Amino acid sequence: MEDILAKARKVAEAAEVFAVAAEETSAQFETNRLKHIQSKQSTHLALRIIKEGRLGYATTTGMDDVKNLIDSAAETARFGMLAKFELPPSTPYPQIDIFDPTVETTPIENMDKLGQELIEIITRHTPEILCEAMVSKETESVKLINSNGGRAEYKKSVFSVGIMGSLIRGTDMLFVGESRSSCNPITQPKEIAGVVIRQLELAKNPASVPTAQLPIIFTPHGVASALVPSLVMAFNGKTVLQGASPIGNKLGQKVFDSKISLWDDPTIAYRPHSRPCDDEGVASRRTPLIEQGVVANFLYDLQTAALAKTKSTGNGDRGGGLPAPSPSALTIAPGQTSLDDMVKDIKEGLVIEQLMGAEQGNILGGDFSGNVLLGYKVESGKIVGRVKNTMVSGNVYQVLREVTAVGSRAEWVGGFLNTPTLYCPRLSVASKE
Amino acid sequence: MLIMPDIETTAAQLAETLKKPKADYIEARLEESQQSHIIYRGRELESASQSTAVGGNIRALVKGGWGFVSFNDLNDLPRRIELAVKQAALVGKEESKLAPVEPVVDTVAGKEDGPLNIPLAEKKELLDEYNDIIWRTPGLQTSVIGYADSHQKTIFLSSTGSYIEQPRTDITLRLSAVAASDGNVQQAGLNLGSRGDFSPMRRLHQKVEEMARHAVELLSAPQVKGGEYTVILDPVLAGVFVHEAFGHLSESDFVYEDDRLRQIMVLGKQFGSKELNIIDSAAVPGLRGSYKYDDEGVPATKTYLIKEGKLVGRLHSRETAAKMGEKPTGNARAINYRHPPIVRMTNTYIEPGKNSFNDIIAGIKEGVYAKNWFGGTTSMEMFTFSAGEAYMIRNGQIAEALRPVVLTGNVFTTLNNIDAIGNDLDMNQGGGCGKGGQYPLPVSNGSPHIRISRCLVGGG
Repeated sequence: MEDILAKARKVAEAAEVFAVAAEETSAQFETNRLKHIQSKQSTHLALRIIKEGRLGYATTTGMDDVKNLIDSAAETARFGMLAKFELPPSTPYPQIDIFDPTVETTPIENMDKLGQELIEIITRHTPEILCEAMVSKETESVKLINSNGGRAEYKKSVFSVGIMGSLIRGTDMLFVGESRSSCNPITQPKEIAGVVIRQLELAKNPASVPTAQLPIIFTPHGVASALVPSLVMAFNGKTVLQGASPIGNKLGQKVFDSKISLWDDPTIAYRPHSRPCDDEGVASRRTPLIEQGVVANFLYDLQTAALAKTKSTGNGDRGGGLPAPSPSALTIAPGQTSLDDMVKDIKEGLVIEQLMGAEQGNILGGDFSGNVLLGYKVESGKIVGRVKNTMVSGNVYQVLREVTAVGSRAEWVGGFLNTPTLYCPRLSVASKE
Repeated sequence: MLIMPDIETTAAQLAETLKKPKADYIEARLEESQQSHIIYRGRELESASQSTAVGGNIRALVKGGWGFVSFNDLNDLPRRIELAVKQAALVGKEESKLAPVEPVVDTVAGKEDGPLNIPLAEKKELLDEYNDIIWRTPGLQTSVIGYADSHQKTIFLSSTGSYIEQPRTDITLRLSAVAASDGNVQQAGLNLGSRGDFSPMRRLHQKVEEMARHAVELLSAPQVKGGEYTVILDPVLAGVFVHEAFGHLSESDFVYEDDRLRQIMVLGKQFGSKELNIIDSAAVPGLRGSYKYDDEGVPATKTYLIKEGKLVGRLHSRETAAKMGEKPTGNARAINYRHPPIVRMTNTYIEPGKNSFNDIIAGIKEGVYAKNWFGGTTSMEMFTFSAGEAYMIRNGQIAEALRPVVLTGNVFTTLNNIDAIGNDLDMNQGGGCGKGGQYPLPVSNGSPHIRISRCLVGGG
């Protein structure tokens, strides 16, 4: 890597080399039994240069053709944007525990056993269910060096378990599921199975809702599928810089209900999205985005921050291409109300676990509209069964301005979002029955 | 430094090793690829980048269990084969079943390295023209343009003696215009793709202008009132509909080991009217889902999924075909060497019928005309898809523009509710399909205009 940096430095005034090496092994289950074991070895090398003031970028998978890598970066620098930032010099990083060597040494037999146990618990509850599951472990080494003396290096381990069950009766299909991830090995299937079994219990009886304005409870999964895609766009410094974020000019203003607080935090120990620094070598920190309803910050990488005349929040994320602002792991602050109390408050309404297609509308404007893939009808303060053939539509900004109550317990969804349940007074529901 | 061998040399060595497999079946894929990307955000070009990749994988089958190993480092492949076989043996407790196919030795000619020969400067010039058009539109807030091209060369080898070299070139262009006023943000988009030919990217000036105008128009457009409507889909959106609403359900890997789903998807079952014909075909040349051999070395076919409203076929890998006692269709595809092939669609379309657009719209008192696409997804039974443009239909005429709409339905009833099929088949090349963590796979889909009665539309 040092060699590439030195050679790149000969054709450009500044350069940065970023490398990721990863090893991943997974046990995959289909129709309630082990079906595949997969191992993936990968290397990724990215060169970013500033040549005559402009950004150039090229990536490759091997160290073989350094000349081609440098030539490619130099060619793109003819057209690239003017670089408005300096590559960060050597800086101290926070100590964040994200590597557990026992992930790497977990034998595949244990992963197989964990998957089998998980499926066994669920099929004991509902014998006719068919489960797909995946147990995987990954270790990742990240290294970054730049021509200003900046240097970052860390190792991360991630262990993930996911299960999806499908229950088919006639042409009626029910899908349930849960997933967990951590930088430590996951050894207990019971909690994950418990979530799935609860979904099966609640979905046992069919129920229907009218086409009407109804109160809605979004579970943590529901929040993730319906509300979060719009927020991710809106708080991205790039969207703000372009003037395309509905809250871009509302910094310091109260836009949401004061029960809503949201932040980005890559510094939590043993969380899969934690890291000591971002993909540009800027130190990780917790960034408040909404503080009691007030817009507090947007997320920035180096270039976007420079263009917006502010500082990087340490959210430069590569995702395969040039660094761009992206949240690491979002948290919505828990509130005071239990799920039971929310349900008790509703005469006729819905609990939404999964809203399919909600991220396909005008998420920039905050509009969402989706089919209730997993959701329950509430009648006179009780969950009575599962609804289908139902669409729920709304606007994220309206929902978070009018939210009636925030759940007292936050849960991780997909490793990326920690959120409580949210209770909204009314949303548009369209139903086929 | 350790120098990596090229993929041809590696393939030649592998061919020898695979002659004596220590598994029921072994296959290997080796791949070299180059990509370039250009992104505009707002008035300026934001980034230009180029990338190259070399990698491969080994897949082994032992007693019905699969082992899979992927890598960027082409050295030490015997050890990787050993690992794949060991993994498969750990899984396998049944009998291996693969539909038999004749071994193929072939080098598919690749004349489609088009975009690689066009200098970055020329591509940029064209995109500048489009961006200028967008920015000339009054009321516009910003724009995003993403252009990407990729060229891939793969070598496929199997323990049964196949050796197939295939090139693939893919181009995508996505443009979007964003209009905003007083916290109201609306967007309109245009998505195109091509299997190597750059010329479809060149003549879009008028479409780009329409797109930009539409984004501004949406600021004052009302939201549709949620409920059931008679809906007309344009060929682009109807293509997304056929992909989501039916295409995924015809992928046999969802069905082959699930007895209940097999009962639902029994061949001969009536899904729609006699006028309805749905086809998937990688064998049509020149579309984004086209190829000569799939990623298991099976020749591409044209498969009728629905004929005269009846379920008559489905999409197979070698394993699903064997387990269902049907013929392989050549639909096992992998997005790249990092993934094993799984059953995928290719070019999926509804065959044209007899109706003109006027026949279809006449007589609709109140309905929705939905055009263009944002996206679509399915859970097998339920599907949703979203339109980039929508208009009310009033008294047989296209009326006011609406905010983008999301439509939903149940596959077992909605296909039956298609009550008119147009005569104007058009293929949409701008999409990418996601399944099993493999996204975006180049596919195309298409249809003539279709009319669906009682379609559920989400709204305010």
